[in-house]
Amino acid sequence: MYMFKYVSKRLGLMIMTFSIIMFICFVLIKLLPIVITVQVGQDANVIVRQLEGRGYIQNAVMDPATQTWNYERVPIMIQLGNYLKKIFVNGDFGIGVNIPSYRGREVVDVFMEKIPPTVLINLYSTCIGVPIGLGLGILAALKKNKWQDQMINVIIILLISMPGIVMGLLIQYFLCFRAGLFPTTMNSGYEYFTWSMFRSMMPPVLSLCLGSVAGYARYTRAELSEVLTNEFMLLARTKGLTRGQATLRHAMRNSMVVIFPFILSEFINVLSGSMIIENMFSVPGVGRLYLDSISSLDYDFFMMLSGFYILVSLLGGIVVDISYGFIDPRIRMGAK
Amino acid sequence: MEKTNVYDAIPLEKFVFAQTEDISHDKKPETKPVGYLEDALRRFAKNKGAIVAAVIIFIMVLFAIIVPFFTQYTVAYFDAYYAYTRPKCSLFENTSFWDGCKDQKTNLKTFTYYYAMGQESGHNAVKNQEYTLTEDGEYHFRLDTYHMKGVVYKNLSLEEYQALQEYQNRTGIQVIYPMVAKRDRPTAADYEQDANIYYKTEEKGGKTQIIYDDQGNIIPVYNSYPASIMENGMGLDQYNSIRVEGKDGFLENGETYYYSYALVNPSGVQVRINYYEYYTYYHSEVLKDGIGNPSFLFGTTGSGKDILTCLSSGARFSFIFAIVVAVSNLLVGAIYGAIAGYYGGRIDLVMERITDILGAIPSMVVITLLKLHMGSSSQALVLFISFFLTGWIGMGGRTRTQFYRFKNQEYVLSARTLGASDRRLMFKHIFPNAIGTLVTAFALIIPSMIYAETSLTYLGIVNLATGNITSVGTLIAAGQASLATEPFVAMFPSIFLALLLLSFNLFGNGLRDAFNPSLRGTEG
Repeated sequence: MYMFKYVSKRLGLMIMTFSIIMFICFVLIKLLPIVITVQVGQDANVIVRQLEGRGYIQNAVMDPATQTWNYERVPIMIQLGNYLKKIFVNGDFGIGVNIPSYRGREVVDVFMEKIPPTVLINLYSTCIGVPIGLGLGILAALKKNKWQDQMINVIIILLISMPGIVMGLLIQYFLCFRAGLFPTTMNSGYEYFTWSMFRSMMPPVLSLCLGSVAGYARYTRAELSEVLTNEFMLLARTKGLTRGQATLRHAMRNSMVVIFPFILSEFINVLSGSMIIENMFSVPGVGRLYLDSISSLDYDFFMMLSGFYILVSLLGGIVVDISYGFIDPRIRMGAK
Repeated sequence: MEKTNVYDAIPLEKFVFAQTEDISHDKKPETKPVGYLEDALRRFAKNKGAIVAAVIIFIMVLFAIIVPFFTQYTVAYFDAYYAYTRPKCSLFENTSFWDGCKDQKTNLKTFTYYYAMGQESGHNAVKNQEYTLTEDGEYHFRLDTYHMKGVVYKNLSLEEYQALQEYQNRTGIQVIYPMVAKRDRPTAADYEQDANIYYKTEEKGGKTQIIYDDQGNIIPVYNSYPASIMENGMGLDQYNSIRVEGKDGFLENGETYYYSYALVNPSGVQVRINYYEYYTYYHSEVLKDGIGNPSFLFGTTGSGKDILTCLSSGARFSFIFAIVVAVSNLLVGAIYGAIAGYYGGRIDLVMERITDILGAIPSMVVITLLKLHMGSSSQALVLFISFFLTGWIGMGGRTRTQFYRFKNQEYVLSARTLGASDRRLMFKHIFPNAIGTLVTAFALIIPSMIYAETSLTYLGIVNLATGNITSVGTLIAAGQASLATEPFVAMFPSIFLALLLLSFNLFGNGLRDAFNPSLRGTEG
């Protein structure tokens, strides 16, 4: 029961924090001037009418002499009301105004189109990274202070200190250009489960997972080598288990209590943290969309994506805390 | 009643020690007391990796401070003719490494193009004019990127032209080379108006083809005029300086001819100049900006900027910026954490909510909003505010934890009983316990700030590259654009960044082990 209480309390707090941040963001964005850039052959009229229809501006008139639009801005609180109404009634987060390729399209649609590459890349990276990272960590813990451990430690330090930008560049240069193993940039298109798409996803996946491999390995090594010194391990050996059995059944299980939430949080964090890699390998993902929305001042996109990033980072914290409670019944966070 | 106290008047000398051998007084320790800082230093010195890292960091800081003063270039400098020039160090000139050259495998036409440059001016585009010819007709040679531009057509005013001639006469260095008449210049798009083609060519299928003579040599087509046009020692080209054929011209059909060195046009003259020599002349004689020969230790970017200068200036900015941010984070975080931790209760609850909310805003969102509101004029300030806004939270949390741990200990209680004020308790008695963690956090926050700044400038969200400031991220982004063909542009800033982060990591870990020996090994 208090698990439920705890979860609902955390969720409530999260929603409160989320609303406050989003409110601040909304106000700050609406204070900015509205920029409408239209390319040749496109009708600014449509976009201005859209903004009017969404309740952001009113009384828009075109001044024929200067070819500019004059309008009044709706008070921000009323704009907020209109914005929220659209979201909760229609599930409508706005339309693209300034990003050339998404002008006039629904923000949600574009977002849904962009999310599969980002999620897939993170999923692959976790799937590859976790086994390797855990394996290295276990090996290092079992061979503690032997040469294998020293070597793994050196690798871990190198990988952890390697900045993501440099890692991406190294992979792009050596694997893509020199060795020609992979294409330089990710394929476009929506066929995500073909071999050539998988191959083109490999460079960003590798760049993401090498860093997290080091994190997993370091964490596992530290955790496992502590558990291995516990006395119940001695008991397990005395009652006749082999070293492998004891490690797998007793030590690993106990160290997983700490490692699993770490993996979860890593996974949630990389969901939002791959902007550099997405930019480097031209992955058509959320990060690129966010960068585009910043450079073209497209506020509806910006609002929604900011919301997405804020939500991801808030959820990350909660999921980790709650998962502790589910994995290890002894831990009841916040319980009396 | 008889008096029972019979020991009243025992003389003092009757008191003697029962045993004289075994008395142990508290002795003053003979060894010196070791303070906390000294102890930490001693532990730090034992960590070899951390010492090496500290030395590397020191060298990099020196690099950032000193190099901008000693390079001949500035960040604002660029020269489009010297774009993607390879790194060159004069010590390695005779090796095939770091000599400003790149390997080339070309066909005969391209090879002749570069080889003829050296033949004309002695500035060898083909390094030492050495090449190997493979069986399938490919020429392998090292192409000198400092001379591969060869000669260019340039429009000068008459005064500039005279000044250049005067320079030639004074130094004996030839800058101006004989002119090629407009009718003899290649017309095909691939080499259209290329000044390096001073020999006979023809257009074939939209491509320029070189015409060779019987021996397979090129046939020069310099423009010339007969000596009869010469007046007071100068021809139509107003030229009276070093000539490739000697001063007396050459004989043809019984008449003396002179090569023409300029095409006079209404606004001045068009000349054919060797760009390497002209560069030296222009910077040392005309601009007088302290630049001599073109020489780029780390090469140049695609826009012709000197990488060494840009990298060191970018590094300098990064270091200063990171330290400023870290210091302000430390100050605010320490005070905030101290108040929250010391007073606790409701104050702590409210302050924690504030940090919760601030901490949950992704820094990307903060930066974008700030940038949109503050415009592009003060991007360094945007970076500072956005890093500062969320950066101190970590410091505050650490201080708060330490305060929670120590505020109810007996020594604090006794100090309070003696009447110490809150401020004295906080900063004299409890705060020193947090110094260790704060120093470590300080050392680790610097690389994270540098990395954050680099990635933001790499992504182009923040653009610091204005005037005399640039940043490592901008350089890397420029290098990535030409990674396949010119990998060295991205290489130097990447090495710098990787080395910096690696050594700061080692250094920070060393500090942590030194200040908190109990934490050693928990994080690998």
